Amino acid sequence: MKNSLIALSRDALFSLRDLLPIVLVIGIFQIFVIRQPVSGFVSLIFGALLVVVGLTFFIFGLRLALFPIGEGLAHSLARKGSAFWLFAFAFVLGFGSAIAEPALLAVAAEASKVAVDAGVIAATEEARSDYASGLRLVVAFSVGVALLIGVFRILANWSLPVMIIGGYILVILATTVAPREIVGVAYDLGGVTTSTVTVPLVTALGVGLASSLKGRNAMTDGFGLIAFAAMTPILFVLLYGIILEWT
Amino acid sequence: MDLILDTLKFVGNSAIDVLPIAVFLFAFQLLVIRERMPNFRQIVIGFVFVAVGLGLFLVGLEETLFPLGRLMAQQLTAPEFLNATRVSVVGALDWQDYHWVYLFAAAIGFSTTLAEPALMAVSIKANAVSGGAVGVWALRVAVAIGVGVGVSLGCYRIISGLPLHHFIAAGYLVVIAQTTMAPKVIVPLAYDSGGVTTSTVTVPLITALGLGLAEAVPGRSALLDGFGLVAFASLFPIISVLAYGQLAVLRAKKSESPMNKEALPEE
Repeated sequence: MKNSLIALSRDALFSLRDLLPIVLVIGIFQIFVIRQPVSGFVSLIFGALLVVVGLTFFIFGLRLALFPIGEGLAHSLARKGSAFWLFAFAFVLGFGSAIAEPALLAVAAEASKVAVDAGVIAATEEARSDYASGLRLVVAFSVGVALLIGVFRILANWSLPVMIIGGYILVILATTVAPREIVGVAYDLGGVTTSTVTVPLVTALGVGLASSLKGRNAMTDGFGLIAFAAMTPILFVLLYGIILEWT
Repeated sequence: MDLILDTLKFVGNSAIDVLPIAVFLFAFQLLVIRERMPNFRQIVIGFVFVAVGLGLFLVGLEETLFPLGRLMAQQLTAPEFLNATRVSVVGALDWQDYHWVYLFAAAIGFSTTLAEPALMAVSIKANAVSGGAVGVWALRVAVAIGVGVGVSLGCYRIISGLPLHHFIAAGYLVVIAQTTMAPKVIVPLAYDSGGVTTSTVTVPLITALGLGLAEAVPGRSALLDGFGLVAFASLFPIISVLAYGQLAVLRAKKSESPMNKEALPEE
């Protein structure tokens, strides 16, 4: 108990240090560049306090739960020796966390407005929500596929740079044929799918898997899953845009 | 009073976000692995900390930093401000008249990345896995520099109206070149850091900046040009982390005396 308290207060100090740059940037710009008074100073301080406490709790919980469970499951699955369940786990983890991601909801809704403006879909509420949920499904599916491919890569020991660079070459090729209004959205979706809860889990999964397989190095083979999860949504959404345009 | 209600709402929301993942993990453990989870109690407590922590973190940001950041993005891209600080003398605003925007973009990209919880998680893991060779703080600073440069350059792209995929293609050419030269151990971590940088803290602020900028610049549409900053913020950390790995090798070589040079392992 005493040890956890010490760990907590040390984490709190680190959180304070982590947030200081944001406070400095906003403060300096506000005072020297924009030169307008900031209202509600007290609520600002209180809000910053909440951020520090929140970040501290998150990091504490990360060490208690997300890391051990991610690695534990990877070890158990590797021991079980069933590639099927490993792939199933990777796919469902990717699909499930992406479909529940709030940032994805927001971007998909925004993207449906772009599509209406560009005349790709009809300007009705129904068409828009169809388009947005179609986009979400495509992205969630692509994140599931990404983790599946990533886990397969760790098992098969394929080269990560070749796969990732190859993927981005496909992305660039798809960009040249994709309708213009989907390009910006597609590129941004690659970044929003990997959420704060998923990243630690996926990292622990990769590292745990690589360290429980013979002849794999946790550093060179364990990382790389997030890289796939950041790339496939771009490619799949571009393809989705191309297919929608053709049909 | 409102703040307390908001706090409860945010903690509730983040619990709803975390719950399906927790249920899925527990179900998988029970039905497929069919082993008792070691230290089950600790993991449940950990999940509670994650959900509550994320909720408090978000309510704090939503109450303070986000509105202020969004407001500043609007103020810096407002025509009055741009005209007051312009460098070019005549005609329409030139790309260099937006110098405060570039600086703000770089500073806000850098500082928000340092506070990104997902990046902390990956840095802690990378530090442990590499046996301390990759520093927690060093990796985060390397990624933050990448995001700062990326967002700043992304703003230049919005202002200049150049096509997004030209920048992305050029960026990946640099990544390919670096990949062949950088130490092998850093490559997967570098590729991952592109995806982790853009989560909870960074995305809302830089999206606001992008949309504000696209609205302010004549001839740009917020819908067509406002997107794309996240893509920049995901690409440039790969370059900066690879560079961090290359620098580490370079420094190790320098610190060796010339006599021992032959003894160095080939990378």
